[in-house]
Amino acid sequence: MKPPTETDLLPDSAEAAAVENPAVGIDQSAGNFSYNMEYAFDAGTGLSEDTIRYISSVKKEAPWILEFRLKALKKFLSMPMPTHWATKDLENIDFQKIRYYLSQGQKPKRTWDEVPDDIKKTFERLGIPEQERKFLAGVEAQFDSEAAYSNIKEIVSKQGVIFVNSTEGLREHPELFKKFFGKVIPTGDNKFSALNSAVFSGGSFIYVPPGVKVAQPLQAYFRINAENFGQFERTLIIADEGSEVVYMEGCTAPKFSTSTLHSAVVELVALKGAKIQYITVQNWANNVFNLVTKRGIAHEDAEIKWIDCNIGSRLTMKYPGVVLKGERARGEVISIALANDGQHQDTGAKMIHAANNTTSNIVAKSISVGQGRSTYRGVVHIPKHLKGCKNNTECDALLINTNSRTDTYPAISVRGDKNSTQHEASVSKVSEDMIFYMQQRGLTEGQAMSLAVNGFINDLARQFPMEYSVELKRLIDLEMEGSVG
Amino acid sequence: MSQLEIKNLHVSIADKEIVKGLSLTIKGGEVHAIMGPNGTGKSTLSKAIAGHPDYTITSGEVLLDGVSILEKEADERARAGIFLAFQYPSEIPGVSIANFLRAALQARLADGEEIDASGYYKRLYAKMDLLKIDRKFTSRAVNDGFSGGEKKRCEILQMAMLEPKVALMDETDSGLDIDALRIVADGVNTMRSPELGVLLITHYQRLLDYIVPDYVHVMYDGRIVKSGDKTLAHELEAKGYDWIKKELANAKA
Repeated sequence: MKPPTETDLLPDSAEAAAVENPAVGIDQSAGNFSYNMEYAFDAGTGLSEDTIRYISSVKKEAPWILEFRLKALKKFLSMPMPTHWATKDLENIDFQKIRYYLSQGQKPKRTWDEVPDDIKKTFERLGIPEQERKFLAGVEAQFDSEAAYSNIKEIVSKQGVIFVNSTEGLREHPELFKKFFGKVIPTGDNKFSALNSAVFSGGSFIYVPPGVKVAQPLQAYFRINAENFGQFERTLIIADEGSEVVYMEGCTAPKFSTSTLHSAVVELVALKGAKIQYITVQNWANNVFNLVTKRGIAHEDAEIKWIDCNIGSRLTMKYPGVVLKGERARGEVISIALANDGQHQDTGAKMIHAANNTTSNIVAKSISVGQGRSTYRGVVHIPKHLKGCKNNTECDALLINTNSRTDTYPAISVRGDKNSTQHEASVSKVSEDMIFYMQQRGLTEGQAMSLAVNGFINDLARQFPMEYSVELKRLIDLEMEGSVG
Repeated sequence: MSQLEIKNLHVSIADKEIVKGLSLTIKGGEVHAIMGPNGTGKSTLSKAIAGHPDYTITSGEVLLDGVSILEKEADERARAGIFLAFQYPSEIPGVSIANFLRAALQARLADGEEIDASGYYKRLYAKMDLLKIDRKFTSRAVNDGFSGGEKKRCEILQMAMLEPKVALMDETDSGLDIDALRIVADGVNTMRSPELGVLLITHYQRLLDYIVPDYVHVMYDGRIVKSGDKTLAHELEAKGYDWIKKELANAKA
């Protein structure tokens, strides 16, 4: 290796980044901006019991919650990093350099006019108030640790639907909250669910009463604004018997040079005959470690569907799951992941069959661009004593460049002879001939790539609400623009 | 009226010279047929003109309306008016013909200009009616699972929508039964106009019964060795290519 020269020591940071990672230079999305905030509440840097006592005290929590948090911290500290199966990149997270709680206050505003200017501007730039007017039944907008805005249309609240952030949920609906909280995903499920259980703040609490079908989606938007920050929202959705709800979440963060941690826990409970659809379109900046645990319990005749779209982040590890607890319960995971240079999308699904005649369906599509890496991990478990259970798993990977990488780790255990499963996997590459064909029709190489990728996920994107599939297409176009030349 | 001039063109693939000094001028309104045995460089010629990255033009010139296109990328050549009807068109899973053509037309507009959707569909349906193509066709993914005939029909529809100045048709007749061949030929005949020059690359005389050329050229060993009118094609059909080879050998000797 050559010794450093003067120019090496004085890098033009933008130029250096562009050479190292061509994707850095492009406008990843409208999300790359931040405001200098004065935070009224700040737990400081690093993690200790004091951090947790601080968070709990500013939230004025009941003693059992503090207890829960402190126990979780112990659990977190005692658990090893899961690097024996997951990427070593996890070791680069320095938990003592992260800020665990930043907020302007614990009570979200009910109108945008009351929201502080910079925060309001942030969400306006992301188009949230406009979407709310157009097609949403309710919106929660979280800025760093707490929701800055949370509102639900009157027509929906009159039906008895509760849609608040988790801080309010714990305070105002403790009985309901406590009954289901931490029951789907126990604290010690994994190291990051333990961390979340210790320092959680924000996220949504939703309760849909029996038989109520919420006509329009409820949406939460998670925005990280601060550098060196960790966002740990906690979402709990309970759909009572025969009810239906669609929940959508979007996430962005500005691009900082230091890493940011996002580690959420999302628990869904679909009681008898209920339907929950949970849609995520995340577009984290590529310095974000996105380590999220998502799981639902589907009771008799209930249905839980995860639609999970992962674009951006440095490392995403996320395997939405459904525990099929009641007879005839149905679980589905539709997953799209796009890994660009410097990104690793380690995603998949878990289906745990625990009753007769339950069915699950997993369709996962990943796209690896440049040196991007995508990994599929799936678990399907059907024990021997059950009958009439069915699983279908399809995972398809698309490689854009010759140095792109994909790995698949499916683990399907189907015991007994009264159950069935089918598994299909494919890896394809965008061929030079295909690109030439499209270029010969007048599309640039970048446009051709974009179209090929959009075609690859088209059958899944069609299952999204219109506004989200348009957003997804736009994000893919932006990612693919930087992938050629 | 447009004009494509190919001047003393030499083309190599991986250092092997395939086209060895070919000259040809195609004017708007003209249909030229290039015939010849397999492996004489017919397909190489069309792909090199279209700008396929595997083909290196080592010398010579290709001018569209007097302007060299050789420095341009394949997509720029396409937008300038060169259309290649592929012998083996690629499949594009998940992308409907309608969306693909829309993207191709959108790529021809200036930045910030948006294609008018209703006008686009009106025009697309008019072209489909003209070419007797079923409306359902354009909602299918481009060439995905298509029969040979459907693929070629898809090429013809794209050509009709993109309205090129010059169409290079590479073995358009290969893999077609007689009905499909007639449909494709009818399509090309419908599009014949002073605005369009056509280069038909074919192995067989058969296609030329349906698309009657103004000129017929015989390509052999990377060059055009004989040119004539449509009667030359009939002569080739009757005598085979050996006759040309012998004539060449005699000329050399």
